[in-house]
Amino acid sequence: MPTTTIAEVAVEVTDDGFFVDPDQWTEDMAPILAAEAEIPELTDRHWQVIRFMRDEYFAKGTGPTVRMLGKTSGVSVKELYQLFPMGPAKTAALLAGIPKPRGCI
Amino acid sequence: MTKRILILGGGTGGTLTANRLHKKYRGRIDITVVDENNDHVYQPGLLFVPFGLTQSEDLVRPRKRQLRRGVNFVESGVESVDIESRAVTLANGDVLGYDVLVIATGARLVPDETEGLTGPGWNEKVFTFYDLEGARSLEEALDDFDGGRLVVNVVDMPIKCPVAPLEFCFLADWYFHERGIRDQVELTYVTPLDGAFTKPRASELLGGMLDERGIHVITDFNTGEVDGAAGTIVGFDGREVEFDLAVVVPVHSGAEYVGRSPGLGDALDFVETDPHTLQSQAAPEVFVIGDAANLPASKAGSVSHFEGEVLVENIVRFLAGDELDSSFDGHANCFIETGFDKALLIDFNYEQEPVDGHYPTAVGLPLLKESRLNHLGKLMFQWFYWHSLLPGRDIPGIGAAMPTAGKHLD
Repeated sequence: MPTTTIAEVAVEVTDDGFFVDPDQWTEDMAPILAAEAEIPELTDRHWQVIRFMRDEYFAKGTGPTVRMLGKTSGVSVKELYQLFPMGPAKTAALLAGIPKPRGCI
Repeated sequence: MTKRILILGGGTGGTLTANRLHKKYRGRIDITVVDENNDHVYQPGLLFVPFGLTQSEDLVRPRKRQLRRGVNFVESGVESVDIESRAVTLANGDVLGYDVLVIATGARLVPDETEGLTGPGWNEKVFTFYDLEGARSLEEALDDFDGGRLVVNVVDMPIKCPVAPLEFCFLADWYFHERGIRDQVELTYVTPLDGAFTKPRASELLGGMLDERGIHVITDFNTGEVDGAAGTIVGFDGREVEFDLAVVVPVHSGAEYVGRSPGLGDALDFVETDPHTLQSQAAPEVFVIGDAANLPASKAGSVSHFEGEVLVENIVRFLAGDELDSSFDGHANCFIETGFDKALLIDFNYEQEPVDGHYPTAVGLPLLKESRLNHLGKLMFQWFYWHSLLPGRDIPGIGAAMPTAGKHLD
């Protein structure tokens, strides 16, 4: 597994950039990860989704899918795509420092 | 007092569970199956209906007749489950108590959840083949289709039989070839996944096969709206795909009563289930089989079949007060029809993705490889389904756990 440095901390990530260990994540990493995902500024709405992703991951062992997010996070699917244009479930998981959602089998 | 096992759903999982339990207990326990209708549909056959390869009436048999004598059948919808008082209220007003409840009500199609999908053009130029009625109307539409853009669109996962939309593409390619108009049809597969399929090796192979057949693939496409009148599918990211005929696989949820039963299901009405014991997380006496569960396994009849063995063993252990068996491994096994009388076979579980080799041992059906033998296997399976799988007989050589003997593993 490759290692990358985010906010001066060495972090183990997968080939597509997802955290291997969500406990390595800290809040100050999110804006840096966001910039890489072409999201210039994290709003309260972004944070609502990021926190929700982490809570779900720690409760269930996997991040939610977009459809599940739309039903449970308090942010509609339409808005989720406005917040994370490159794909809400994947991008939010990336920013929240959790593994890629299993979602689809 | 005689113990009562109540099974909600008389499809693949519910039927084989009832029959296996009946064989175990031989009348020493009360087994009741509830379903809202008496039509058991052989769902793998739906794929063939639009191409005129099977008659839709040949896919349906009475649910009641698939149950062993001694199993009770009640034809009624379900209003809700009260986990606390261990009672199920039926749509007909009756209340049934249970010692063990099995949720086997599968997944339902929710086309209404996608904007515009059931609006203008629905069943005129926008179809699904995931139910009998849709498959029948699509047969007529394909018959009338003389050329243009045919788009096959998966709205979102999870769906039943994730390979079926790909099979539809392969069969459409064959079908238009047979009709001599393949060059007048533009075939496009639009998927929310980042490739043709969910598992890397199979995805690479299937992607290559779509490419060889001149079927375009649009990936990472999250359908926001289907506009039948305009003939466009619009993605949440603003991309648009134009069609003359659209074959859409709508999103799936669990049964509606799950949502009406506090504490039973998740936000999509699937029941949270232990992946290895098949006991629900809602209550210890509630078990789940098949598509109704939220497991990270394929929603496929083969999974229900393989689950059956562990599930029945665990119900027996639960009623005897013994520790549960946690050996279910997520085993799935799917024939993938690829057209021109050939098919692929894939075999996998929670941990092991599909690889090549042979199934179930080194002497057997070729895996991850097109062959005529697999096509015959797929056709023959329908007989096994009614005569062996549903009655709960073990098929010699085909065990519940995923075999590795004939596989080329890394």
